[in-house]
Amino acid sequence: MKSLAELKELRNKVQKEMKKRDQGTRAEIIVGMGTCGIAAGARDILKAVLAEVEKRDLDVRVTQTGCIGMCEKEPLIDVKLPGKERITYGNLSEADVQKIITEHVVNGNIVSDLVIARHKSE
Amino acid sequence: MRELSLHILDIIENSRRAEADLIKIKIEEKKDSNLLRIVIEDNGNGIAPEKIEKITDPFITSRTTRNVGLGLSLFKSAAESCAGDFNIESEINEGTLVIAEFKYDHIDRAPLGDITTTISNFIAASGDQVDLVYQHCYNENSFKFDSREIKAELEDLSIQSRQIIAWIREYIGENLAEIRGGEAF
Repeated sequence: MKSLAELKELRNKVQKEMKKRDQGTRAEIIVGMGTCGIAAGARDILKAVLAEVEKRDLDVRVTQTGCIGMCEKEPLIDVKLPGKERITYGNLSEADVQKIITEHVVNGNIVSDLVIARHKSE
Repeated sequence: MRELSLHILDIIENSRRAEADLIKIKIEEKKDSNLLRIVIEDNGNGIAPEKIEKITDPFITSRTTRNVGLGLSLFKSAAESCAGDFNIESEINEGTLVIAEFKYDHIDRAPLGDITTTISNFIAASGDQVDLVYQHCYNENSFKFDSREIKAELEDLSIQSRQIIAWIREYIGENLAEIRGGEAF
């Protein structure tokens, strides 16, 4: 069984790894988690995002947002690379998540056939 | 919603958007009295008295982007279709309390589902801003998870760090299996 006492050790280990990373240039993935998103499978999309980030050991900020008014296109995620425009992908399956992370987050190539909106960088 | 844990996720998303910084979830499985009770309490902005009576009407919402709100109404109808009960209380600037009860063995009761992922995902995406207390009772056994205790051990390290999230997921999973006698959801 895991116990809270292990956390101290894990913390020291993680902190050593974090020091090697550059915090200012993180990509961001935002998952839509309104009622519409959840009903369409957003929890498993978020799970797939986290699993893929974990598997590839990526330094990505994963956050969530509410309903953005495109309920019919749920589940959807936004990808924002540092200095680039924010891209919204919709009607996603878990397999699409893998594709978006490989193509867009890692290699910087937008997956055009899944894009439903583009936003000028703020 | 196919799982009760998705309703829970939906309600705590409401809490997060209502600027709560502490959410308490309690799930009680009382097989002896044929009861499943879910209690969710937050310290968010609350709902005004004139709105609370109508909040479970699908055509009432506090949001401004559109004028339907389905989350609470779906949760209420899930409980009521299982010979259960649903109650919501709220006070402006104090918080909101939602209680849903289900007849445990009712044929229409959705399974609780993947509550471990529900909790760990929420912390992965919002753990730095919102604290979460999750208590699960199974007959006489109980288990309590408190993100504030985790943060105390982590000091300045973010609870949203993926290694910590992986640890939390296993920690909750193991403890749930333990109190439920090894039975998975």
